[in-house]
Amino acid sequence: MYTQGLDKAGKNEVANADPETAEQLEAFQARIDAEEKIEAKDWMPEAYRRTLIRQISQHAHSEIIGMQPEGNWLTRAPSLKRKAILLAKVQDEAGHGLYLYSAAETLGVSRDQMVADLLSGKAKYSSIFNYPTLGWADIGAIGWLVDGAAIMNQIPLCRCSYGPYARAMVRVCKEESFHQRQGFEIMLTLCRGTAEQKAMAQDALKRFWWPSLMMFGPNDSNSTHSAQSMAWKIKRFSNDELRQKFVDITVRQADFLGLRVPDDKLAFNDATGHYEFSEIDWQEFFDVLAGNGPCNSQRMAKRRSAHEDGAWVREAARAYADKRAAQAAA
Amino acid sequence: MSEQVWPLYEVFIRTRGGLSHRHAGSVHAADDQMALDHARDTYTRRSEGVSLWVVRSDRIVASDPAETAAFFEPAEDKIYRHPTFYDIPDGVENL
Ligand SMILES: [Fe+2]
Ligand SMILES: [Fe+2]
Repeated sequence: MYTQGLDKAGKNEVANADPETAEQLEAFQARIDAEEKIEAKDWMPEAYRRTLIRQISQHAHSEIIGMQPEGNWLTRAPSLKRKAILLAKVQDEAGHGLYLYSAAETLGVSRDQMVADLLSGKAKYSSIFNYPTLGWADIGAIGWLVDGAAIMNQIPLCRCSYGPYARAMVRVCKEESFHQRQGFEIMLTLCRGTAEQKAMAQDALKRFWWPSLMMFGPNDSNSTHSAQSMAWKIKRFSNDELRQKFVDITVRQADFLGLRVPDDKLAFNDATGHYEFSEIDWQEFFDVLAGNGPCNSQRMAKRRSAHEDGAWVREAARAYADKRAAQAAA
Repeated sequence: MSEQVWPLYEVFIRTRGGLSHRHAGSVHAADDQMALDHARDTYTRRSEGVSLWVVRSDRIVASDPAETAAFFEPAEDKIYRHPTFYDIPDGVENL
């Protein structure tokens, strides 16, 4: 998902000063099993803290980088209405990034550190945002598929054992359904338009289908962090379970649009009640995560220059605040 | 870069008149006014509030979670503070 859980814990992450006792770990797990929420200042195993910092910060970075593919169409939206809607959606994504950064900060990592890790390439973000938005229909496909896949993952996160993360996700989920609906509506409008417009929608689905399925992360058999995250109730469903749910729901929506899902092996299995689909091209997935997707370097370059270009604003605001504080003290 | 970090503020929102303010999250800002502006833009994009409070996070005094049991213990054994402690015979009304 937005936190595909692939980068391992870094070597230089703080080692816990006090060894964790079996009693502490047991008492912690008992709280989790009783569905108690863990709050920022509560005792928690160092590995739980590190897992959450990694996951929440990756999630935040994904929201922030995720503004770029859509931002690409803000000046070229086909009408004022579409432009206003897209602007509101992109602004929401900035907000999601901010809710999540502040949730991660409650675990003792600074905002600056997280931003520095993103800019240096140490921290990851979702593979999906490394694909280009070549046409207006891609904005429809992103809202429908990418936000749709995100919702699938984020709804269970509202029940995550870590309180600040769960509460941030409740806020995010409230806003996401507008994102998905506006995307579907763009697709619907194109599909009910001219043959050329419908072809644009079809082309966007063709390019975004597989990258959207990759958002759920590796297969369960290859997912390194899954079992522990499930035991800690950070995660409630496995990658494959969520991916299946997404396919089952989305294929029907594609049918409604009259669009073809780009998978020759896609078939409904009456016995299981689920759609069967082809194996994902995992090589592509790992390539994109390794930094070799179509837009990785462009996304990072843009994020770095935005950060650098904004430095004088941050400094000026700080200097003004200091001056005002000095005047007030005098 | 680090010495230029903007301080953290906690954000509280009153969702409508008659309700109390409730914690929503936090924002970084250079000063109080910017904290209010950021809190508005971050947490009330859909008219979620009629009033905002922001307070520097480092000014909040909090009880220690490790001491929760001892800290709240004085209230534990005073069950007579609850109306259910008192037996009222059937037939007595409006009590
Ligand atoms: Fe989002
Ligand atoms: Fe979204």
